[in-house]
Amino acid sequence: MKKFNYSEITPEKIYKKRRYFIKSFGCGLGSLSLGSLSLINNAFANVDKNQPTSFKNITTYNNYYEFGTNKNDPHLKSQSFKTKPWTIKIEGEIEKPLELSIEEILSSFASEERVLKLRCVEGWSMIIPWMGFSLNKIINKIKLKSNAKFVEFETIYDPEQMIGQRRPILNWPYKEGLRIDEAMHPLTTVVTGLYGKSLPNQNGAPLRIFVPWKYGFKSAKAIVKIKFVKDIPNTAWMNASPREYGFYSNVNPNVNHPRWSQASERPISDNIFSPRIKTLMFNGYGDEVSNLYSGMDLKKYF
Amino acid sequence: MLTQINLRYLKVIIFTLSLVPIFFIIYQIITNQLGPEPIKDITHHTGKWTLYFIVITLAMTPLKKITKSNIWINYRRMFGLFVFFYASVHLMTYVGLDYRFDLESIGDDIIKKKYIFIGFSAWLLLIPLAVTSNKRMMKILKEKWKKLHRLIYLISLFGAIHYLWLVKKDLTEPLIFLTIILILLAFRFRFKSNYFN
Repeated sequence: MKKFNYSEITPEKIYKKRRYFIKSFGCGLGSLSLGSLSLINNAFANVDKNQPTSFKNITTYNNYYEFGTNKNDPHLKSQSFKTKPWTIKIEGEIEKPLELSIEEILSSFASEERVLKLRCVEGWSMIIPWMGFSLNKIINKIKLKSNAKFVEFETIYDPEQMIGQRRPILNWPYKEGLRIDEAMHPLTTVVTGLYGKSLPNQNGAPLRIFVPWKYGFKSAKAIVKIKFVKDIPNTAWMNASPREYGFYSNVNPNVNHPRWSQASERPISDNIFSPRIKTLMFNGYGDEVSNLYSGMDLKKYF
Repeated sequence: MLTQINLRYLKVIIFTLSLVPIFFIIYQIITNQLGPEPIKDITHHTGKWTLYFIVITLAMTPLKKITKSNIWINYRRMFGLFVFFYASVHLMTYVGLDYRFDLESIGDDIIKKKYIFIGFSAWLLLIPLAVTSNKRMMKILKEKWKKLHRLIYLISLFGAIHYLWLVKKDLTEPLIFLTIILILLAFRFRFKSNYFN
C-alpha cells in the first residue's frame, strides 16, 4: 500500500467541492440501467482511493461506546464533554511517575499532520489527516525500569459526562495496551487533532493514541493514564470476548473474525457505488512494522 | 361488517403500505440521505423489514383464533410474499451492491460465517414457499402444501438467529425479535394441543 504523504492531501474545501460534483454525478447515473454498472464501478474506482475521508464522516461516524453504541452517538452526546482541565498520569514501572497537563504536552511536543488509514474491526476504513506526534517522543523522556514490558492506556471514567459508561457494556474504564517495542514505533501516534483543527470530542479529545496497523479499537481515546507494566494488559475488548479480540489485533486479512470479513473492507463514503477494497496485512504498513513480529505466528497471536 | 368491495380496497391499501419501506430507502438513496456507510444502511433496512414481515405473517393465524375472524387469512399469503421480497432485496444488496457478485468471497463468507450461513439458508428455504404460494400449487400439493409451508416456523427462527449472531455487543433488539417469534410459534403448539384435547 502507498504511504500517504502530506502533499497528497487535498485541501478540505477543494475536496468538498469534488465530493459535491461526484454526488450530483452519482445521482444522474443512478437512473441508468444495470448494464452500465461496471462502467460506474470503474468510474468511481479511480475517484476515492487515497483521498482523505470527509471531515463530516470522520466526526459523525464513530465507535466510542463511552458515549453510546450507535455510530452517531459520540458526536451527538459528547459535545458538552469537558476536556479542560486535563491531566495525564504516567506511572507504573518507571523511575519517576509524573503528571502532565494537556497544555504541557501540547507545548512540549509539536504536532504534525499525519495522514493515516484507520481500519475498524467491523470491516470499514477511513483515511484520516490526523495531527499528532510519535509516542516515543514522550517515552524517550522517561526512564523505564527493566521489567517494563507493556504499556497500558486508560480512558477517563466519568459516567456523569459519558452516558455510555452508565451501562456495563464494557469493563469501564476502557483499557488498551501495546508491547513496549510497538509503543516505541514511530507510527504509534499521540493524536491531538485532525484536519488541522484540535481534536473533536467524539474522536477522543483531548488526547488519544492511534496505531495505524492495528484495528481501530486498539487506539484508546480520552487518555488519562499511561502505565508501564510487566504483564500483558487485560484490555477492554479482549476482556469482553477473548475468542474474537486478541491482544495484538493487527490488521490481518488471513485471520477471520466470526462476524466481519477481514479479507476486504468498505472505505467510508456517502457514495453507494464506492467499491470494497482488499484489506492489506498490517493495514498496508507492513514495510514499516512487520519486523516487530518476525518469527511470531500471527494466526495464534491474533 | 366489511363488504367484499371494501376487502378488495383494503388489500390494495395493505399492498401499497407494504411497499413503503422499499420506496423509503430508494428515496433516501436518490436524495443522498444515507450516512457514511450507505450499503450497510440499505442492508440493515431491508433485513429489518424482512423480520417485521415474518412477525406480521406469523401473527395472522393467532389473530384469526383470537378474534374468531377469517379476515386475517386473506392477507397472510401477501405478507409471506413480502417476506420473500424483502429477503431477496436484502440478499441482493449484499451480493450485488456490497460484494459486486464476487462469488468467491461470498462463498467464503457463507462457509466461514455462521450468521451468513443461517441467513442464506433461510432465504433458500423461502424459495419453495414462494414458488408454491399460488392456488394452483395449493391444489396440486393438497395436504403436503400445509406441511411444506410450516417451513416458515424454521425460517423465522433462522431469521432471528441470523440477527442475534451478527450483533456485536448489545443483544437487546435481536432478543426482542426472538422472543416475539417464539411467542408466535408457541401459539401454534397451544392451539394444536387444545385441538387434540
